[in-house]
Amino acid sequence: MALIDLANPSRFLALADRVLPWLAAATLFAFALGLGQAYVAPDDYQQGATVKIMFIHVPSAWLGMFAWGIMSLAAVGTLVWRHPLADVAAKAAAPVGAAFTLMCLVTGSLWGRPMWGTYWVWDARLTSVLVLFLMYLGVIALWRTIDDPARAARVVAVLTLVGAINVPIIKFSVEWWNTLHQSASVLRLDGSTIHPAILGPLVVMIVAFTLLFLSLHLAAMRNEITRRRLRTMLMMRADAAAGH
Amino acid sequence: MTALAALLMRDLRLAVRVGGGAPIGVLFFLIVVTLVPFAIGPDLNLLARIGPAILWLGALLANLLALDRLIAMDHEDGSLDLILMARAPLELALAAKALAHWLSTGLPLVIATPLLGLLLNLDPTATGAVALTLIAGTPALTFIGLIGAALTTALRRGGLLLAVLVLPLTIPVLIFGVAAANAAIVGPVPFGTPFSILCALTLMSIVVGPFAAAAALRQGLE
Repeated sequence: MALIDLANPSRFLALADRVLPWLAAATLFAFALGLGQAYVAPDDYQQGATVKIMFIHVPSAWLGMFAWGIMSLAAVGTLVWRHPLADVAAKAAAPVGAAFTLMCLVTGSLWGRPMWGTYWVWDARLTSVLVLFLMYLGVIALWRTIDDPARAARVVAVLTLVGAINVPIIKFSVEWWNTLHQSASVLRLDGSTIHPAILGPLVVMIVAFTLLFLSLHLAAMRNEITRRRLRTMLMMRADAAAGH
Repeated sequence: MTALAALLMRDLRLAVRVGGGAPIGVLFFLIVVTLVPFAIGPDLNLLARIGPAILWLGALLANLLALDRLIAMDHEDGSLDLILMARAPLELALAAKALAHWLSTGLPLVIATPLLGLLLNLDPTATGAVALTLIAGTPALTFIGLIGAALTTALRRGGLLLAVLVLPLTIPVLIFGVAAANAAIVGPVPFGTPFSILCALTLMSIVVGPFAAAAALRQGLE
């Protein structure tokens, strides 16, 4: 089935209905496996059981960026091909991405309290994730300010692409800013030295979270199409009631 | 080219003659800087230390002030339709409008900086450094703001939404602007390093801003 065929909402809905149960089942399976492995994974010799927050924190951070990537791809689809499904994909991804980014911030904060002794430090990584979260909220606010979904999609697509250019710059500049203002006093996990006993479950959890995101995204796209149909029907009914 | 020059002159004339242009921006800048000592106390040493940051924040907010009228006013009186249909490319027309906005809003802020530096107990070197970073950095603020102005004009919403969309994008400019000013005053980083990055950010936003703004207007106004 070519991508252009999916521009027909009925075909997309039929495909989504067929794929979604399998995707949900795969998500459940991956979570069962990942959570089981995470449960039996050894505690860190220094951090104790709190290291297990990582199994939620790291996948959330990954999805926060992954969702923006999906939105950028959809934005290209909107601007270049005016693919109707790309509009729906971009709109559905924004709240899910924002939720995962918030989850990353909250779990990071809860992890920081026992480890760093404070809920929040102006660490480069924390700060750039916070900015990413603010940009998600800006995109969602922009979506909500306009009724006509097709026009909103094209305008939001411009903002999404500008954001995609800016996110790496913001990340770089925040890192520069942080190293300038304070020496590396913050405890941080060194990515390369994670023990295999913890790395294994982490990879499984990342896969599980990605599957969860895909399921949620597909379901949200389905809901969005239904919502648009409902809106059209209501408008037609109001039109008929007005006697035109 | 003459069309663009005419557009530039028209925007400048509007900014000077219609109230609320350049003088209001500088006045706002002055008020923001005046408010800070009331909030943190009249400690001159502390003010000198955070002076560059205050001046930069004031410039950021003052720049934001006039942005929501940058394109929206033309949309209201219909001249935006003429600009859209004109033979000159929309990107260049928007760049000319942004240049006019910078000349009427950004440049007066730079000129007012020495006076405000005096109020914040900055020595001449520090004031010069802040003015230099502002002259290099405020065009970036204007051209990034141009994108926000185009987006909100296309949606017929302005005000707070514009600030929410634009301010996160200006974080790098703020970081390197203040960092360059501080580098010139206290070191230890050489002034050139952050200043070059600030200039690079400005040049990049001059390229990206008009294209993104033009795309937003073309896609949004149908």
